[in-house]
Order: sequence, then C-alpha cells, then structure tokens
Amino acid sequence: MFKEERMPRYLTFQKGGVHPDDMKSLSKDSPIKRIEMPSELIVSMSQHLGAPAKCLKQKGDSVKKGELIGEASSFISANIHSPVTGTVTDVRKVTLANSVCCDALVISPAPSEEDPSYDGPADYSSKTPEELLAMVKDLGLVGMGGATFPMNVKLSVPIGKTVDFLVLNGVECEPYLTADYRLMMEKPENILKGAMIIAQIVKPKQIKIGIEANKMDAVLLMKHTVEKLGFPIEVVPLKMKYPQGDEKQLLKATTGREIPSGKLPLDIGSIVCNVGTVNATYEAAAFGKPLMERIVTVSGNCIKNPGNFLAPIGTKVSDLIAAAGGLSEEPDKLISGGPMMGFAFWDMDTPIAKGTSGILALKFNEKPAKQTHCIHCGKCVAACPIGLEPTRLYNLIDHGRYAEAMASDLMDCKECGCCAFSCPAHLPLVQAFKTGKKLGRVKK
Amino acid sequence: MIKVSCSPHFHSKQSTASIMYLVIAALCPSLIWGIISFGMRALLVVAVSIAASVLAEYLLGLVSKENTLSDGTAILTGLLVGMNMSASVPIAIPVIASFFAIAVVKWTFGGLGCNWMNPALGGRVFVFFSFSSAMSKFDLPKQLASLASTVTSATSSASVDAVTTATTLSFAKTAISSGEAIGMNSLQYLESQNYPVTQFALNLSEKLGINAYTIDAFFGNMSGCIGETSSLLLLAGGILLICKKVITWHIPVVYLTSYAILNWIFGGIPYGTGAFSGLLIDPLFRGGLMLGAFFMATDYVTSPITYKGQVIFAFGCGFFTFLFRSFGSLAEAVSLAIILMNIVTPTIDRFVKPRKFGYVKEATK
Repeated sequence: MFKEERMPRYLTFQKGGVHPDDMKSLSKDSPIKRIEMPSELIVSMSQHLGAPAKCLKQKGDSVKKGELIGEASSFISANIHSPVTGTVTDVRKVTLANSVCCDALVISPAPSEEDPSYDGPADYSSKTPEELLAMVKDLGLVGMGGATFPMNVKLSVPIGKTVDFLVLNGVECEPYLTADYRLMMEKPENILKGAMIIAQIVKPKQIKIGIEANKMDAVLLMKHTVEKLGFPIEVVPLKMKYPQGDEKQLLKATTGREIPSGKLPLDIGSIVCNVGTVNATYEAAAFGKPLMERIVTVSGNCIKNPGNFLAPIGTKVSDLIAAAGGLSEEPDKLISGGPMMGFAFWDMDTPIAKGTSGILALKFNEKPAKQTHCIHCGKCVAACPIGLEPTRLYNLIDHGRYAEAMASDLMDCKECGCCAFSCPAHLPLVQAFKTGKKLGRVKK
Repeated sequence: MIKVSCSPHFHSKQSTASIMYLVIAALCPSLIWGIISFGMRALLVVAVSIAASVLAEYLLGLVSKENTLSDGTAILTGLLVGMNMSASVPIAIPVIASFFAIAVVKWTFGGLGCNWMNPALGGRVFVFFSFSSAMSKFDLPKQLASLASTVTSATSSASVDAVTTATTLSFAKTAISSGEAIGMNSLQYLESQNYPVTQFALNLSEKLGINAYTIDAFFGNMSGCIGETSSLLLLAGGILLICKKVITWHIPVVYLTSYAILNWIFGGIPYGTGAFSGLLIDPLFRGGLMLGAFFMATDYVTSPITYKGQVIFAFGCGFFTFLFRSFGSLAEAVSLAIILMNIVTPTIDRFVKPRKFGYVKEATK
C-alpha cells in the first residue's frame, strides 16, 4: 500500500528474549467481524487486576446496554457495564480461564431498538483532563493487553511527577494473536486520537508507538496516518523478539529506560498503553461508550476459520469458536491469551473478560519430549529478559528453599515463559516459579 | 481430552536427546576421517567404547531405577571416549575408560547433570595415568605411514617409525628437553627431522605459502587419537553446533584465541627464541585442541551457565593448555586444562551473575 522505507536499525531490548514462530498468518488477514449476539452472556465481576467489582444486580433484574452492573469496590478495581439489554437470569460463581473463581451475572439478551449505538459525531474537545480521567474511571476502562490494570489508576499522575513518555503498545509479541494488529490496520485514526486524549490527561513530553517488524504494514500505515493527522507521535518499528510486549521490555526498547525492580512505569516517567485500550479510550471519550466489548483472536490449528471477532464481554468460548466455524478436530489444549503466557482452561462455557485477547484451540502433533535432569546448558539464563538464573531458582524451589529463592529475586520473575520455552530438559520452570512465589510469600 | 497445564504452551522443540544426537552427528565426519586414516581397528575401538558406556549406563539405570538411555548422553560419552583413544590401543583400555566415565565420573554424583567433571575426559585421563605407555603410542595415519619408511634419523632421540609414533607435539617436546630443538620452532624441528609430509600438503604449500606441516595438521594428516586429527572436520562440526544453537561461540572462540595469543607471546621461550616468537596458528591444529574446544569444553554440565562465566572459563582453559603444552612434561595438556577449569566452574557460577534488569545504580532521570 505504501512504499517501504529503508529502516536504519530496528530497536529492541538487549537482554534475553526468545523467537517463537509467530503463527500470525492464520488470522492476520481476516478483518474484525462482530459476532452475532449469543443467547447468553456470563459477565464476571472480576475482570481486572485488583478487587472484584461489587455486584449491583440480582436475579430477575433487567439490565440495559451500557448500564453499570458492577461497581469498583476499592482503589484498584474497575466498573463493569452490561454489554446488552436483557434480563439477569442467574447470579452464580464461575471459574474464569485464569482459574479465578468469582461472582458472575448470567444475562439473557433481548436487544431493543432504543439501545445506544455509540456512534455519531465525536465530541470530546471541550472536556477537561479531570473530566476525561473521571470518564475513564466511570466507563470501566482497564488495560486490554492482558494485565487489565485499571486505566484511571494508571493515568493518575501523582503531584510532583511528570510524564516524559507515553508509549503505545502495538507490539503483540505473543504468537497467534492478531487482535491489536487488525485494530491498527482498521482503525489507525481512532488509536492516534485516543493517544491524544490520554496525552491530554497525562501531558507527556513525547508520544511513541512501538510496533514489531513482523507488522511492517501496520508500521507504515501508522506513519502515514500520523502524517495525515499531524500529531506529534513517533512510530517506532521494533525488532521481533518475545517478550517485547511487556512494558519493561517495551520501555527499554523505545526509550532506553529501565523500570527498577518492583516499581511501575510511572516511576521512570513513562506510561504504557496497549493500542486496544487506547481505542477503547477514544470510543469512551467520543461516544461515551463503556468498555463492554473487545476484539478477540480465535485461532489455532483446531479452528476451522481462524479470525478476529468483536465480541461482547461475557461471551462464552463455545460461541466464539462457533463464530469461527467451529472445531476441525478435538484440541489438546484450550488457551485464553497467547501460547506463551496464556492460561489453559477446560470448560467451553468459560466467558471472555476484558483482558482476553485470544482464544486458541491447539493440537500438538509431536509427543511431548521427556523431562530430564537439568543439564546446566544455560539457555534459560540466556533467555531470561530479567537476568535471573531460572535453573538455580528451580533447584531452590524444588528443594523447598523458598526463602532463598525469594532472596534471589524470584519476585522479579514475570512468568514470561522464555526459560521454559528454551529448556531442553523440559523442566516446568514457570510452574515452579508460580508455586514458589505463592509459598514464598506464605513462609515469610 | 482437553489438557490443562501451566504456561508456556509453546516450546523451542530442543530437547536433551535432540541436542545429544546433534552433537553425535557433528562428531561423525571427524570419526569417519579417523576410520579412513587408521583403518577398521579405529571403528572397533569406538564401537567398543560406546557399547561399554551404554552398558554401564543401563546397569546403573537398573540400580537407580531411572531410564536414561534414550537421552543419548551415554552414547555421546562412549563416542568421545573412543575418539580420544589411539587406534592401536589394547581393547580393554577404552572399556575401562568408558566404565570409569559413566560409573564413577557421572553416576557417583547423581547421573546426568550432576557430575562436575566431563565424563569422557575423566575416563581418558584415568586410563592415561593407569596405562601411560599404551596411551602414548599413536599410529601414523595411512597417508603418512608409507612415506615414513624413508625417514631415518640417527641423531633424534625420538624415533619415527612406520608403525607407532608419538604425536608431533610430544615429538617436539622430547626434542626440547634433550636440547635438540633449541633455536628453532616446532615446525622447523619437524622439517629438520624429515618428519613425513604428504605430497598434497607440499603442493598446496607451494601455492599458498603456508607451511606444509600446518596444512597436513589442518586437514588431518597427522598422528593422534582417532577423532582429533582433522581440524577441518572438527571445525565444521563445531560450526554446525553453533548454527544449530546447541553451543554458543563464546567457549571455543575464546579458548582458541587465548591459547593462540599466549602461545605466540610465550611459546618460543622453551625453544630459546624469546618472546613473541611462538607459532600463532599451527598449534591450534595439533593434539586434541579442536576436539577439546568445540566438543569437550562446551559440555553443558561442566561449563558455567552465564556467557561471562563461559568467557572466563574458556580463557582459563586456554591459559592452562598453553602452560601444560609449553612447560609441562605430560602429553595431556587439553584434557587436564579442561578438567582443571571444570573444577573451578561452580565457583565461577557462584560469583559471575547475569546483570539483573532494573537494578541500575545510576539515576534514570
């Protein structure tokens, strides 16, 4: 579409990282398609990092599209809105893909003509930063890259702190996922306008958008759109490397700054927002639309027609898979998110949440290799983007020496899976670290 | 049936077994060259080593109730032991070496991943000290044996005959201690003794202006162990391993360069020619250095896990190899240097840590 420019050298982070097959070609060219309204939605009250929202509805109540049904219950929590008009048929416990068990409203949709459609003329220029921030909180915006950190907390810059960089995260380094890529291809203007809205709130000195080089068409389209709109945004193409979509690695790659251990991006004057979140912010500011639907990539070698779908929050996985043509064969694993950090789940009735970027149905053709002793190859040490020694931590945890593992900075591990990905002995490293963190905290 | 497991759900597809078989494949060209050079007897020695090593692993697997045969490590250890033997060695010696490597060096510490010394080198050094004279006799390869009959050297204390010989390294070493080689370098000494050289090397030497003995050593026309003679094929195998991401460049490159530079600076001293008169490239192709640098020192279990540690380790290997070769009296410089650095490896790993992300001292603002 655009003439490819010669890029001098793509930036990336230096330490560690791995190169899994990106597998994006399965769904990369399928445009975002809105799915038909399912016959039942299961909207859980815990779709974000932090405390679950307080449920405002009971069995039998009727709800309207966009109506508040769950209220933020503490500082780190987020509002939840009904994605559809209908009635609450049940309030029950559900298990989400990440094994969190929480209350959920089961909504039977009955869409009506009067439902707000959330389009029309966009008007947000008159809003003050305070109003915009309040709006972000009211409309239940959370980070849609996976960590689901409440946006209003992220954008509340404490007095005395300045924001040097606002970095938009269009990296999408997980294999298979193409939701952010499709969004960048189809709504580049919305994303850039959303970035300017966030910029109004946090007043950054520079705005950058980081995109990996396997999405060169998105890089070029973004550059073109930036020029067209005349926004002060820098498009940064990045070398392909997992886990570049992590905010620590992304900031290192785009700004050269390192987030100190245990700190947030704001501590080094930076804010990172996923492009999906930025788009949601735009829609919220322009049309008053709450975060109640999202783009989900449905992919994997067991899906008949892999694609990207716009689905209301609370859609069951079975409905999404049906929208993608169903299963071609029985999968070995169902994964919510990407294959590197996503959660394997077992129930086809599991609902999607605000942070669900993909649903994968995978069949593994090779037999899993045998687990052997650690052979000290050092591949995990070379792969760890944080500079830990996974093999040593694994040994400590394996021997029940949790305190020592904690003292060796186990808590800095972000479970990106680079170590376990590259381990030739096939040791369950990430599993050990997750266990070790839990037990280590208890033993303290 | 849908399975549930912890992330990641993707794997790089490398496994312990795939790595071991790749290393075995990378060693094969050199092994085949060994069989061509030294005859079917070489194949017998290697086969016996592998059989003994696999048998030892199987028996210990019965005792420990771990089935570890399929990971290929026993085959690799046996292959390395065999390739480190002279082709004419009494057949009991590789058997003893393999059993020692597997049973004592590897399994007394808990099997795969737990040993602190490279098993194959442990086995080789054990039999070297137990059967020194048998282990110090090497065949001349067929390419040289026919030429060697013409060599007569009345003055030399080390003799070259068509059947067995010392390696060129110990040949020169003997000459130094007897004072015959003073004022020369090892290549000039070989020439003065009419050491056999192939016509191929002489022709190439004329064209390229490189010493014919160096060319012979590089292509593998020299006496030595079955698997160590052809630097070219070992180098090819090593590069294959680097390309396949089995090993990284750190250990072999640092090992070889540090040895070459040290030898260039100080290697002339035993010959009485002073500093900066040693050979730079030629010694790299002699003895077991190539085999050691690419296949022994890079053994995962007994080398440090960080790149920084590996560089220190490799420099240590280079330093001790130089020391033992230039000033030691034994022929086992490479083996002993690597084993010595194996001992230091846990210490290196304790003190050399990767730099942690987010622990920078300087202010980020």
